[in-house]
Amino acid sequence: MKKTHIFILVGIATLIVALIIFGFPSSDFSTYDTISSAKAKQGKYVHLIAKLDKSQPIEYDAVKNPNYLSFSIVDSLGAQTKVIYHNSKPTELEQSERVVLQGKMQGDVFECKSITLKCPSKYKDDKKQLEKSVSNN
Amino acid sequence: MQFEGEHLLPGQIGHFFVILAFIASLVSTIAYFRASRQDDIAEKQSWIRFARIAFVTQLISVLIIFSVIFYICSHHYFEYMYAYKHASKELESKFLLACIWEGQEGSFLLWTIWHSLLGLFIIVKSKKPLFESWEAPVMTVISLAQLFLGLMILGIYVFDIRIGSSPFTLTRNEIEGPIFSQPNYLSFLKDGVGLNVLLRNYWMVIHPPVLFLGFASTIIPFAFAYAGIQTKRFGDWVKPVLPFALFSACVLGVGIMMGGKWAYESLSFGGYWAWDPVENASLVPWLILIAGLHTMVIYKATGHSLRASYLFAILSFVFVLYSTYLTRTGILGDTSVHAFTEKDEIMKLMLILFLATFGVTMLSLFFISYKKIPTIHKEERTDSREFWMFIGSIVFFLSALFISAKTSVPVYNKIFGTKIAPPEDPEFSYNKVMVLVAFIIGLLTAVTQYFKYKTTPAKYVLKNIALPTFIAAIITALLAVFYPITYYKQGPGFLGAIYVALFAGIYAVIANAAYIWAGLNGKLKAAGASIAHLGFAVMLAGMLISSGNKKIISDNTVTGINIPFGKDDKGKDLENPLENLTMLRDVPTRVLDYKVTYSGDSAGNEKGRLFYKLKFVKKDSSEQFELTPDVYVGKDELKSSNPSTKRYLTKDIYSYISSINPEGNRTDTAQFVIKELAEGDTAFYSKGYMVLNSVVKNPNNEKYHFKPTDAALMADITLVSKDSMHYKAYPLIQIDSVGVNFIDDTVYAQNLFLKFAGVTDSKKIKLGIKESEKIIDFVTLKAYLFPYINLVWLGLVVMALGLMMSMIKRAKITPLVAAGILIFIAVSLFYMFFIAH
Repeated sequence: MKKTHIFILVGIATLIVALIIFGFPSSDFSTYDTISSAKAKQGKYVHLIAKLDKSQPIEYDAVKNPNYLSFSIVDSLGAQTKVIYHNSKPTELEQSERVVLQGKMQGDVFECKSITLKCPSKYKDDKKQLEKSVSNN
Repeated sequence: MQFEGEHLLPGQIGHFFVILAFIASLVSTIAYFRASRQDDIAEKQSWIRFARIAFVTQLISVLIIFSVIFYICSHHYFEYMYAYKHASKELESKFLLACIWEGQEGSFLLWTIWHSLLGLFIIVKSKKPLFESWEAPVMTVISLAQLFLGLMILGIYVFDIRIGSSPFTLTRNEIEGPIFSQPNYLSFLKDGVGLNVLLRNYWMVIHPPVLFLGFASTIIPFAFAYAGIQTKRFGDWVKPVLPFALFSACVLGVGIMMGGKWAYESLSFGGYWAWDPVENASLVPWLILIAGLHTMVIYKATGHSLRASYLFAILSFVFVLYSTYLTRTGILGDTSVHAFTEKDEIMKLMLILFLATFGVTMLSLFFISYKKIPTIHKEERTDSREFWMFIGSIVFFLSALFISAKTSVPVYNKIFGTKIAPPEDPEFSYNKVMVLVAFIIGLLTAVTQYFKYKTTPAKYVLKNIALPTFIAAIITALLAVFYPITYYKQGPGFLGAIYVALFAGIYAVIANAAYIWAGLNGKLKAAGASIAHLGFAVMLAGMLISSGNKKIISDNTVTGINIPFGKDDKGKDLENPLENLTMLRDVPTRVLDYKVTYSGDSAGNEKGRLFYKLKFVKKDSSEQFELTPDVYVGKDELKSSNPSTKRYLTKDIYSYISSINPEGNRTDTAQFVIKELAEGDTAFYSKGYMVLNSVVKNPNNEKYHFKPTDAALMADITLVSKDSMHYKAYPLIQIDSVGVNFIDDTVYAQNLFLKFAGVTDSKKIKLGIKESEKIIDFVTLKAYLFPYINLVWLGLVVMALGLMMSMIKRAKITPLVAAGILIFIAVSLFYMFFIAH
């Protein structure tokens, strides 16, 4: 490696790092949180891993407003919160085992930007699920 | 217990060949290794002959294994776990191959088959002087890789630990269920789970083999790099490996973009690239391969950059293995939509071992021999072509490291117990860096060919580059004025960066076109590199334009319905437009300058698949077309929403169903109210009135086809709603030998059901009117406008052809064969990217 190479390499790398850190305002990473720790970080963008709270109603009426969904979640520590999602209802929400939500806590409501569902049979590697499908056959 | 109806023979044959393939790879690895360390010619030859027999044995074995899996799946032998998991009776035969590589074992096998065929090619070529003496060390590496891949599907027990997962395990041994205690359990196991509906697409048939050929072919530069160190002929390997590297770059590049096209046209991600970890995992080796390709060309022309060539050749395969580890061990977990989620600890361990064996060994060998690898101590001059090519390679390499570092976040979380999550806008966190990479690469792609190797007179460069620079600047300026990029989401800084990168992309297009025209005097045979660069640049410009000006056209700011502008009914600011649009059946809605009407659904050929008909009519009625996005509900209740796209040369209109009407909405409790009407009478309903125009006996029209001998009466009714819209309805009553049939009519726009309930004595008809409170039928959809997306696909096809032309030239393929290859690739890629679907 020549000095010019090293010089340019370092230059480019610094440029990139500088741009990542200072160049653009939005931060580059967020965190996984529990519902209670998210409640403590009001307004901060976090990820929640939780389960759909089936005791609470899911509110979605596509005719009235296709961009308003509300439901409740509980996490493994038992904390619970209401979620509002300004988008259409993911079709498999009710079947999901686990949901990963991204968004911000606003008061008592989690303003959700994105929902990822973990559905039981998506990749067929869950033996329990296969056992269930065997007995349904 | 004796089980009835099982077909155990194919599984036994399959399992035998799995073990044979494994042993044969072991033998061939050892024999090739011995041969490569042998100086005595006769001894060496005898080891090579022995190794070849072993290698061909494993090649035949893997082909047999594949055929047996195919046989088991196509015959629906659900006693085998693999068939049960991946095949099903209703699965169309075109998806049989797809269901084989849906599983881990099948895709490992696919990879193994490509390695075997590439290995066979090396063996056959070994008679040529250029390849002579490379066979033994190169094949050592390939055989060793085969050994590891064989391990993945071995499925034997060592002290109660299962090594690898065999595709021939039996369902009754794998899962528990009460039915397996019965000898006739197979009669209960009527059907398999089948191919995931998300994957029922022709891309699932073609994308995995191409992508895996791309992955598999990166082993060739890696193996030659090893051979270079092992034989101490440090620089000689570059020449024979260059055509392979070009081939690999072409196939892997095409494979990756096929995945993009698939995502774009059949998965509702709303685009062709989302920086998903699985996508990144295949992009990273390609970027490093491209870096390596350029340093190898530099070495061949000038003797510089040999060490970098080693590093890149090694790393591109190491990153293929690392990608395999990321995507197949479930470690990506929550961050990716389409990674495997297998939680097989042994598999994880074996993949780490595979990665460590190849990565650590080769990198150690490289660093030990680093000083021995010849290098030129004089520095490249800044006015030489090799200098700028090298800078480009470094930028490619750094961008690969950046993408890989970001993708690996779940790995750090695992190792260090941290809880780092992806940022709020993950795509932007990549784009903001990659847009600058695009800028640098675009500029280098434009100017570098105008430099000559070693040194270039400054005048020469300036003279030739002035005009392309000027033209590119003019075009960019014109675009900025007449077709501005409207990506305001990330502020003026990023918008500026897009323009700068767009200029670089256009610059590269113009400069390479000019170079083919003037620099090479249109000599196409030598223009492979320039054509590949031209294609790459078109792709780059296409990506910037199509992503920069992608529009969601179903949002309320476009349609102006549902919600007053500014804030929605829950008080949310409209910084993010509300992207979904609900359309009531038969009620036209304005989208862009189209009137869109949802006019009902229809079933497809596949069970569980429904197509929703959306009729688009241009405001001035100059044009109309129908889009039919569909929702496919699989047996496991998994739903897949597939978009439908209207393609123009310059744009795509793309829509998919984002929420379906839950079936529950269709039942309602309202009752029919019977009214008696004579012809010409009027009846009122809550939203207007209706007139019975006439009663027609045995109608024969668009809707009904009755013969004069039938007994049917149709009421011809016109409805006039309060907003003075007119609708027609034709309920009908028919009497036949079975009884009375009522064929009701529905006016969806008014939520109205009409029933011809009978006739009275006084020549009146009984008309049942039911007003439903609930909306009867609707869909919720999202629609996008992608401008100039065809540039992306066109650029890819051109780049692939350019890479192939370079390969043909460097491999000295005869013109006839060359023409055949190029025509085949051009036709098949053109078909796949522009015509199919």
